[in-house]
Amino acid sequence: MIEARGLARTFTGKHGRVEAVRGVDLSVAPGEIVGFLGPNGAGKTTTLRMLTTLLAPTAGTATVAGRDLRADPGGVRRRIGYVAQGGGTDPSVPAGEELDLQARLYGVDGRAQRIAELCARLELEGLWDRPCGALSGGQRRRLDIALGLVHRPPLLFLDEPTTGLDPQSRGNLWEHIRSMRAGDGTTVFLTTHYLDEADALCDRLLIIDRGRIVAAGTPAELKRRVAGDVVTLQLADPSGAARAREALSRHRSVRKAVAAGGAVRLTVEDGERQLMSLVRTLDAAGVELASLNLARPSLDDVFLTVTGRSLRDAA
Amino acid sequence: MSLARTAADTRLVFGRCLRQTLRSKVAVVFGALQPLLYLVLFGPLLSRLVDVRGFGAGSAWQVFVPGVLIQLALFGAGFVGFGLIAELRSGVVERLRVTPVSRTALLLGRVLRDTLIVAVQAVMLVAVGLALGLRAPAAGVAVGLLFVVSLAAAVASLSYVLAMRTRSEDAFAPLLSAVTLPLLLLSGILLPMSLAPGWLDAVSRCTPFRYVVDAARAAFLGDYATAALAEGALVAAVLLVVSVWLGARRFRAENA
Repeated sequence: MIEARGLARTFTGKHGRVEAVRGVDLSVAPGEIVGFLGPNGAGKTTTLRMLTTLLAPTAGTATVAGRDLRADPGGVRRRIGYVAQGGGTDPSVPAGEELDLQARLYGVDGRAQRIAELCARLELEGLWDRPCGALSGGQRRRLDIALGLVHRPPLLFLDEPTTGLDPQSRGNLWEHIRSMRAGDGTTVFLTTHYLDEADALCDRLLIIDRGRIVAAGTPAELKRRVAGDVVTLQLADPSGAARAREALSRHRSVRKAVAAGGAVRLTVEDGERQLMSLVRTLDAAGVELASLNLARPSLDDVFLTVTGRSLRDAA
Repeated sequence: MSLARTAADTRLVFGRCLRQTLRSKVAVVFGALQPLLYLVLFGPLLSRLVDVRGFGAGSAWQVFVPGVLIQLALFGAGFVGFGLIAELRSGVVERLRVTPVSRTALLLGRVLRDTLIVAVQAVMLVAVGLALGLRAPAAGVAVGLLFVVSLAAAVASLSYVLAMRTRSEDAFAPLLSAVTLPLLLLSGILLPMSLAPGWLDAVSRCTPFRYVVDAARAAFLGDYATAALAEGALVAAVLLVVSVWLGARRFRAENA
């Protein structure tokens, strides 16, 4: 659905040249929900604006929804939907009028029916005459998405879709994005700087930092590959900690073992599968276990490992 | 992009913009308030000066009303950029630019709306002028309005170019007044430039509106076969073509 090679954008301004995006390669398959994760200023929005024909790349090529980005931007536009970070509605214009205009601009057949269908699906019924400025944050976001979907695009771009929404509206929006893919097979490419969003919503993630993609994979793959799981073993008898650490550090799946207080903290590859074996090792060493905890690494850990900075600090 | 597509898109954009304007009827009325005040509160003073050298033949109203109309075109259309900056900020422009809409239509739809508003206001002003004592040939008034309309379209296009370049009210507003005020004073809108000393007259001849104002006055006086009218028509036409071309280029440019 998207194939980009060496996509780059350099801005030349008063303060010299800024390489916002420095050679991005990416592939997105039909039907995927792909998340573009990175701190503010990493180049997410610039990449998105290039892929949606809003910004000409200074280098590189891309095929978007089957059309060449440089040779046929009009073809790309007809096949994609784009929802900008701040939305794109006029506060004084009634919601229905925005939808109607959008459908007319795309030349949608059966306009009224399509709009009614979208309003039903995105819980926008009864808001036709309401000025966009009078809608709630969640409603406006759903309207933005309806505007992006009015022409049934096979590919939808969402720039920071849930920024500024309350937790309930966020969850609700995730549901809508998932159901879009389930119902129409819509491919979704979204940017986010929320780890939980990337984790909960995306099939695959691309991590971008300082204009380059630094890691790619499913959320689970990324976490497994980069960080490993953290297993904390609380011992019944604190004095056995040193012995336990000694025994466990020889286990083949353990990368790192630290004894602290009455507990041993392990960094383990594929921790879930290794739990049983770790307990047996402990048993063989004659150490009694009080409790056991397995923590999956967060995407923040991934980001930290890949870039050397925490996503929270970077943002 | 075919011509039919551009025309259809222009109609859609025009309709949207017009509905936006009509939602705030107050703005339409108050937009014409400034020239109206000049007409009502300043015009009567001039009518006492009919005999002053330089006014030429005809009544003061035949000289003053065309000036006020050009002022309307300059200010009414000059400020339209503010609306675009608001739409750039709300993301509406970007949303429309991702659709296959003709880029030229995004400009033309707006400019047509602005021109229509100015045209309606101009007719209102002429009606008030008639009530105050303006007497001019109907054909001359029509030609004068044609000048106003083409000037409004040109000024609106340039206002959008400026708004696109500055992208913020804080930069746009001072720049706008820095451009419009000297143009207003140098065009001889309030008093004909034939009253001016030589150097001022020479500077005035370097600005385009001077010619359009003189031409509109000639039209109101019924002097159709004059150099002033021909020059004004030429300047207005060139200004219109260049401005719309600049505007269309700006709307087509990437990241605009």
